[in-house]
Order: sequence, then C-alpha cells, then structure tokens
Amino acid sequence: MPLFDKAEIMDKDAIRRALVRIAHEIVEKNKGLDNVVMVGIRRRGVPLAQRLAKILGEIENKEVPVGELDITLYRDDLTMRFDQPHVGRTHLPFDVAKKKVILVDDVLYTGRTVRAALDAIVDLGRPECIQLAVLIDRGHREIPIRADYVGKNVPTSRKEVIHVRLTEVDGVEQVVISEEKDEE
Amino acid sequence: MALKGKDILSLREMNPEDIELILSTARSLKEILSRPIKKVPTLRGKVVCTLFYEPSTRTRTSFELAAKYMSADTVSIATATSSVKKGETLADTARNLEVMGIDVVVMRHSVSGACHFLAKVLDVPVINAGDGMHEHPTQGLLDIFTILEYKSKIRGLKVAILGDVLHSRVARSDIFGLTKMGAEVSVAGPNTLLPPEIEALGVKAYNRVEDAVEGADVIYVLRLQLERQTKSLFPSKREYHDFFGLDRKRLRYAKEDAIVMHPGPMNRGVEISTDVADSPRSVILDQVVSGVAVRMAALYLILGGRE
Amino acid sequence: MGKDLLIRGGRVIDPAAKVDEELDVLILEGKIARLDKGITPQEGIEVLDSRGKIVMPGFIDMHVHLREPGFEDKEDIESGTRAAAMGGFTAVACMPNTDPVCDNDSVVARIIKRAREVGLVRVYPIGAVTKGRQGKELSEMGEMRLAGAVGFSDDGAPVASAEVLRCALEYLKRFDAVLIDHPEDKSLSDGGQMNLGLNSTIAGLRGIPREAEEVAVARDILVAKLTGGKLHLAHISTEGSVELVRYARARGIRVTCEVTPHHLTLTDDLVIESGYDTNTKVNPPLRSRKDVEALKQALAEGVIDAIATDHAPHHIDDKWVEYDYAESGISGLETAVSLMIDRLVAPGLISWSRLAELMSLNPARILGVPGGTLVPGSPGDVTIIDPDFEYSVDLRKFESKGKNSPFAGWRLTGAPWATVVEGRVVMKDRSLLS
Repeated sequence: MPLFDKAEIMDKDAIRRALVRIAHEIVEKNKGLDNVVMVGIRRRGVPLAQRLAKILGEIENKEVPVGELDITLYRDDLTMRFDQPHVGRTHLPFDVAKKKVILVDDVLYTGRTVRAALDAIVDLGRPECIQLAVLIDRGHREIPIRADYVGKNVPTSRKEVIHVRLTEVDGVEQVVISEEKDEE
Repeated sequence: MALKGKDILSLREMNPEDIELILSTARSLKEILSRPIKKVPTLRGKVVCTLFYEPSTRTRTSFELAAKYMSADTVSIATATSSVKKGETLADTARNLEVMGIDVVVMRHSVSGACHFLAKVLDVPVINAGDGMHEHPTQGLLDIFTILEYKSKIRGLKVAILGDVLHSRVARSDIFGLTKMGAEVSVAGPNTLLPPEIEALGVKAYNRVEDAVEGADVIYVLRLQLERQTKSLFPSKREYHDFFGLDRKRLRYAKEDAIVMHPGPMNRGVEISTDVADSPRSVILDQVVSGVAVRMAALYLILGGRE
Repeated sequence: MGKDLLIRGGRVIDPAAKVDEELDVLILEGKIARLDKGITPQEGIEVLDSRGKIVMPGFIDMHVHLREPGFEDKEDIESGTRAAAMGGFTAVACMPNTDPVCDNDSVVARIIKRAREVGLVRVYPIGAVTKGRQGKELSEMGEMRLAGAVGFSDDGAPVASAEVLRCALEYLKRFDAVLIDHPEDKSLSDGGQMNLGLNSTIAGLRGIPREAEEVAVARDILVAKLTGGKLHLAHISTEGSVELVRYARARGIRVTCEVTPHHLTLTDDLVIESGYDTNTKVNPPLRSRKDVEALKQALAEGVIDAIATDHAPHHIDDKWVEYDYAESGISGLETAVSLMIDRLVAPGLISWSRLAELMSLNPARILGVPGGTLVPGSPGDVTIIDPDFEYSVDLRKFESKGKNSPFAGWRLTGAPWATVVEGRVVMKDRSLLS
C-alpha cells in the first residue's frame, strides 16, 4: 500500500531546537562531558550524533568523540527477511570501556533496534553506562526500553510511519508523519 | 540485497553485482577481526558443515573461524580421497548430513564440477571451497579484496598470474573475477602448464615470465601443484625455478609499487624465492586475513537472508 | 516364423530400389512379396493403415551395447531390444564388451538364443577381435562367425596395436566379416573427461584432444590400405577424422565409418551449460560446433556411411556421481530416429532417402546382413515413421534400463510409428505389442 505524507510535525528550526535542548540535558545529567562519547546508529542516528557532539562542544568548549554503529549483525529478524539488510561499517574511534556512551537514533518505536545496539556495544567493551537519545519517540514498545533524552513525543497509530529527513542523508530537513492508504 | 543464486560455485557464473556485494559486506565485517572479543551473534543456531575430500589447512580453518566469529556452529568432515570411490557416494554422504540439520555445506573436492553436482543433490546451499582444477571462488574473492585494499581499484590494473595455470582452480577464479571487474590479466608459465585456448578468457598468455611481469601492478604467483603432475610437464623443480620462478631479478620488471601475492602453501625456492616471499612487497599474509572476512561475508549472505 | 502383413497407403522410400511413392507393401511369410498400388489383401491378412506415414526398410543400429551377459543392471537383451523396437530399429548389432567378453562362440550363441527367446528385433552379435579384448591374441573369430557373429571389434577400446589390427584384418578375409575399430589413441586421451579446448579449460576437466581419435583413424586407414581388409570406423567425431576418411576414399582404400546422433546434435558447450551433467560424458567426447558442422556436411556429401547410436545404457548409480567418476555413454536407441528427422531431415540437410541409406541400407551392407531394402525377397523388416508426431523426450518412458540421456525434455517432431520384423508388428503407434 502506498504511503501518503499526512503532516509535517517538525521543521528545520524545531529539529535544531530539540537537539540543543537534548544537548543541555546531557550536560546536566552527566555533570559535564567527562568520558562522554556519542554513538550514532546507522544511518540517521549518525548525523544526529555528530550534530549533538558539535552542540555539546560549543556548550562545554570540549571535543566529544563520535562513533558509528551498524546493528545489522545483531538484528533478531535476520533469517526472516528475504530482502537481506546490507551490513554497514561499524567504526568507533575510541574504546567504549569505562565511557558514558550516548546512543543516538532518529526514531524510537518497538525498541528492537536499541536492543540490538546495546548488544553490539557490549560486545565491544564494558561502558560505565549507556544512555539513549532519540529525536522522536512514537510509542508502541515491544520490549522494555526507554529513552533518556527525547526530542519530541509523537503519539501514533501502527498504520502510521514517521519519516525523519536530514540534510546529510536526504537533502531536506523535516519530520513527517505519513499513513498507508488504500488507493481509490 | 541478497545474492542471486542458492550457492556459491564459481566466479564465472557470478555477476559483478554479487561480487561487489560480497566485497562490501566483507569490508564491513573485517572490523570484527580486530575486536578483543571476536564474536557477533548473527548466525546463531546455524550449522556450517565443512566437507573436505582433499587435505587443506588454510581454507578449512578460514571457513571455520569465519563461521565461529559469527556464532554459527561448525562440523568438519575430512575424508581421504583414496577411500571415496570405494566408500559411500558423495550424494549419500551429503544427504545424510542434510537431514541432520546442517544449513550450508562448504566442500573441497578433487574432481572438477563436484560442487555443481552437490548443489543438484542438496536443497541447502553449497559453497565451493575448491573443486579439482575448476574454481575456488572465495579465494578469487579474497584476492580481489586484498588487491582493492592496496590499489583501491581493479579496473585498468595490470595483473600477472604466473606458473601452473593448467592445474590451478585459483587461477581460473582469479581470471574470471578480475577480468569481470576490468583488470588486464596476463598469464605466464611453461606451455605444458598453460591450458589450451586460455586467451579466449580475455587474458594474454606468455611463455616468458618477464613479458607478463613487465609493468604489472600485481604479481600473482601460483602454487606449483606437484601432487597433480601426473606426466612429464617440466623437467625439474630447479629448472622451473630458474626459468619460471619469481625472484628479485624478475620482480624488477614490475611497477615500483607492485604487490606480490600467493594463495599458499608456498613451495619456497620453486615458484617463488624466499626473499621475494618475505619482502615488503609481499601481501601474502594480508590475503589470509582477507580470507576470513570474505568467508564471513559469504556465509552471512548465503545464510542470513532466507526463510 | 514369418508372418503376413499388408502395409497400406504409406509413402514408401527405398533407396536401393530408387523407390519414393505411395505404395502398399505386402509381406508374406516374413518376406517382402510385392510393392504396388491398391493391393487387395487375402482374407485374414493383417492390414497396417499407414496413410500419412513414411515406410522404409527396417533400420539397423550397427553399434549398441546390450550389456548382457554381465551388466544386466545397466541393460539386458530384453530391455535393450524393447528399446530398439520403440526406437524404430528392426535389428541391432551388439558390442562384445560384456562380462564374460563375447570372444568365443558360446557367448555368441547365448546372445542369439536369448534374443530369439525375447523375439522382438534381430540381434547381431559382434565378437571380440582379441581374447578378453586384451589386444594381444586373436580370438576364435572363425568359430564365432559360424555361431552367428556378423563382425568383430574390441569396442570400448581400440584394437590395441597396428600389428594386431593388421593380423586381424588379414585373417578375417577368409571369413568375410567386417572389423569395427573404436579409434582412440589411449596415450593421448588418458584421463580425459571431455573434449580438449576452451570448454575443458573453463571446466577444469582433463581434455581429450581430437588427435586422440585422428591418430587412430589415420593408423586404421593405413593398415586397411596395407591389408585391403574390410574396416569400419566406429563413431568418428571430428573434422580431422572426416578429412582422413576423405583421404582414404580418394585413394580407394576400403574403409567405412559411422557417426552417432549425439555427435551430430550436441557440442561440448553442454558440459558447461548443464553444470557438469554426467549425461554429457561420452567417449569419444562431445566436440566443438566446428566438428559438428563438419560431420553434418560429410553426412550430406556421402563421406559418412552410417548413423549408429553407440547406445550405452548405464545405471543411475554409474551417473549420479562426480564427473570424473561417472561412466561414459548415452542411452541412444529411443531418441536416435527422432533426432535425425528433427535435426537433419526437417532442415533439409539430408533427404528421407539418404536417411534410409544411413540407418538401413548401408549398415546392412557393411555388416553383410539381410535387409536394408524392400525389394521383393528381402526380409519383411520395415520401419514406419510418423513425420508429424510432436513430443518431448521423457526419460521415464524409456524402455531401456539406461535413462542416461542428455536429450531429456527436448521437443522433437517426427518419430518411429511402427516397427515390423519379419512381418510381425512389434511396435505400433509408439507402443510395444508384446
């Protein structure tokens, strides 16, 4: 069934403001940025992590390292998929051991991606703690996962889809909500 | 994305998109090899069976480690070639393994086409780990992977393949894979060890090693398969080395930054001199590392995406 | 005993009598009695309505392996002759590579006795040239001739040396029987699995050079010249062999030759395309397109005398293995006639009359057996073809025990419709009657 954009729920400025707020919350919660590292989940979590790191750097005048995490190898639905997901590169330019890892993704939905990401990080080492930052939390969790930092809570129905579009990946900057509709 | 066929049997039959897919997946997976804990859960509950009718250390270990790093279970069956004809047929052996629940068979066999036959016998996928004088597709892929790491492209590269092309499944896989990706491939060796009409595969053939090595970016030295020399194809190892071996003198014909490759195990002092094998130009150990990454990619792509 | 039969309304083609017209054929007591228009049958004579069909002298396959005695898991005289009858053959000549080898009169007699018991088509045993087909001592060819052997061969293998061949050809003059040689120089073909060339390079299979055959063809021709003996070359498969036969013909050297349907229709590309299907493994191996074209040309020009199947049935266990371990051979009796109609006659490469020469007249003459023609007095052996019958080759329907055929699934037009032996209809409408 085709998807139709229903409404734009965030524009460029709204996204920016949400990230600035999250950055402040991160600083506050961690009492600074000592040992804080950002890990973006491929694909759109990566530019979000980079942007957060930049904002954090400006707030605290400190460079925050950013890593990229591909969770394909940790998915729980691999053998059920005909169209196999492509394995992307995992690249963390730091050792996660004893770090405060801020995991970043665009949308939190069932929680399964985050579950896979947690396993992936733990396989790489034992961080001091892991926190989760997402731009959108749309509900409908299937496992007990919650975010530490949320840009915007968006109540949705399961028929709806949230699209986060970022300049780095999509060339535009918006969050839209769309819905499956029968063709008439 | 998924591979086109059920099996990985030859690079001749593999389309360039599938080659690219395996290589790019291997590039992502190579990172796992540098981790302190080399294990991802991807193939948990899958069983990889290595069925080797010819002795092998490197290839079998490489496949088994690749499987283990991705959490698959492995069973390993090694059968001496001599007992094959008298004992159970390949079809019976393989069908038995299949009903026990294996998910993929990685087979090495002394008869060309044996993996094609096995693929007809079995519903589960088959990966060719070397069949007779036919192909060794994962070796071809790891060779291309290694070349890409050093040269970051294949198109337009001059690759010289030296030695016993006739008996070499590695040579065939490399020729098919490299020409498909746009390399200029030449082969050189004594005429008794060059198969007929080899140039029809899109390569240049020479009897003088120097002619093939001239201006090469990559020199691929084949193992002289002494165990397959049933007839008098060359007079002695000494003479072979003097005329067809790669030594420092012949290496000078290649480009300054040319790399030297060999599929192993080497006959030092026969097809390659020790000083060349151990020189900074040699990337032979990198090939071994690439092998594990490429085989992880092959197993993932063969096993990961099917219902 | 021979029977009476009226074959009515078919197009009768008999190259020996230069006949090609719609005629009735009357067979009385198993012999051709009369060819004419509108023959009124006597009371009680069986009538075979053959309108729209082509009526030809019974086809003779001069090169088959019936495998009995010794290899009855692959084929036996009953299954083999059933396959022959289905394939439109009224007679077959069977090769001596059995176990025990057909190298003495008792094996010859046994084969003939068994074939009579089955009672379908004629079976002509070929005796071994040398004892045990070992290539050393001549076997008792005279005794075998008396017992009913029509020719001699060490087939499966060549007559081992030029000297043995020379002696055999000289010795056979007294008995007026043909020597059929399998031309192959084993030192050149040793270990080979397929034709040597680009495809063997791609497949990584050991190649058999064309010259493995041609060296032997040249030897055979020169020994035939030396002795003036009656020599027939089995299953030639290369352009070079054709050239050598032309050379022999031009110099009046007495030598005849045959080709198989598979060498006229398949190339070594199939080994690759089929993914090493062992049904493509045959000796001599499938050759290149160039060779196939040369064979077809020679066939049309008359350089080649006969089409023979080299019917080599095998048990599935002999083929459902790795390529190197598989036995060589194709089960050919039940596809040969259709293949030759579909691939040679229909495209206009050869005429129906030439087909009858290649599959009936010439084999009869080479072997020196009756038949090959419908002139009155000849045996009442007739092959009737339905030129329009279309079907797909289905190995499960083979009467032969050997289901080893690379032609499975081929769509063919034209097929044997009835087989008549001594006036007895043994196959009709593509079904066996006994």
